[in-house]
Amino acid sequence: MGDIANRNLEIDLFLEAMYKKYGYDFRNYSRASIKRRIEHRLKLTGLKTISAMQHELINNWNFFEIVLRDFSINVTEMFRDPSFYKAIREEIIPKIKDFQQINIWHAGCATGEEVYSIAVLLKEEGIYDKTRIYATDFNKDVLEKAKQGVYPAKFLKQYILNYREAGGMGSFTDYYTAKYEFVLMDSSLKKNILFSDHNLTCDTVFGEMDVIICRNVIIYFNIELQNHVFKLFLDALGNPGFLCLGSKETVSISDYVDNFEAINRKEKIYKKVDKRAVL
Amino acid sequence: MNFLKTDHEIIVIGVSTGGFKALEVILSKLPEGFNLSVIIVQHRKKDPDDFFIDYMNKKTSLHIKEAEDKESIKPGVGYIAPPEYHLLVEMDHTLSLSVDPPLKYARPSIDMLFETAAEAYESKVAGVILTGANDDGSKGLKKIRKYGGMAIIQDPVTAEAPMMPKNAIKIAGADHILSLANIGKFLGRLS
Repeated sequence: MGDIANRNLEIDLFLEAMYKKYGYDFRNYSRASIKRRIEHRLKLTGLKTISAMQHELINNWNFFEIVLRDFSINVTEMFRDPSFYKAIREEIIPKIKDFQQINIWHAGCATGEEVYSIAVLLKEEGIYDKTRIYATDFNKDVLEKAKQGVYPAKFLKQYILNYREAGGMGSFTDYYTAKYEFVLMDSSLKKNILFSDHNLTCDTVFGEMDVIICRNVIIYFNIELQNHVFKLFLDALGNPGFLCLGSKETVSISDYVDNFEAINRKEKIYKKVDKRAVL
Repeated sequence: MNFLKTDHEIIVIGVSTGGFKALEVILSKLPEGFNLSVIIVQHRKKDPDDFFIDYMNKKTSLHIKEAEDKESIKPGVGYIAPPEYHLLVEMDHTLSLSVDPPLKYARPSIDMLFETAAEAYESKVAGVILTGANDDGSKGLKKIRKYGGMAIIQDPVTAEAPMMPKNAIKIAGADHILSLANIGKFLGRLS
């Protein structure tokens, strides 16, 4: 049927325009998902076609910013998937805690909830002070929110449950100040976190990392872009270096499957294979 | 009837309340060597022990597995959406997962699976709506029909929760309204 093919062509061109005009490259995102976002925006604009929306995109900066926000995935919570945090405590921390300095890269940090979760964990393990957390995202709006560390109090009950299930050693209430219907994360958690703008599709490595956490990001990428990101992570990781993916993400279908060894298959925690050691 | 043997390649199934029993009835009716792909969204809780998958594998000739991100859709395999993830069909006949917010309070969303399957497979999809106490799936089923696919809905009278099939009949319309056992037999003949 012609109209599906035509619509896909319009989507190709829309993403091409986004890239050529603004430098944001969504061409290798999982297409079904990005298409839904574009079609959702089309409905809200009241325009008739994606081509008409492309004209708007090219000529209207404000509209570009709206689309950029549409394309950004910001679903997150404190200690999301508590068993993952437990696995970090048990399987990664013992292997890095004697390092003089620890570098952690949280790629695709969205509004920061999971970054603060890691900060809490590091504090409880007594290694926060020698750790630097690089928390990155391409979306400047969410980075700003992450920096502020202010979250709606209505989710607290769930967060406290998650914290306990994640092996929390103290009381989660020690890590924030409650004000009206918001909570403000404690400044002692923030001091070693550097929030910054970084785009996995086009930006490069910025330092040697001991741990990279990138969860529920690459499921939005096609295989080609997943390969690109795994290469980036491989280049950024030291030895030993650990990569943590989301529970339904895997290196096993990528070109780099031999470069990572699963140390916890269920929680998708991988160790970089030290190729020098193999020689 | 010859038209059944046209060229359906995939069956997408959406089911909610009462899904476990309903899926068992249907999947157990598929004959040995059944060579269509089956993709299932069931609203279900997290199942740490894979009990659901293991159990269904004992009941059917299909190879049942939890859908993985970016895997190719193969004949004779039944893919089940993991709890808490949306499952989408890509144009190149692979699967994608997403953690987008729930749609109509559901993640995985039946609508999202059905709509993406309709675009990727057009007339080669058979969409099946079974028992459930909400209206997920009706919009997706409508899209399947729009692109020439077939809609099969469980007879609401026979459903543990009739609301989902009722809504689907109202909004999408059906090509066939059947009891569970008959849906199983019917799908078995599409191969």
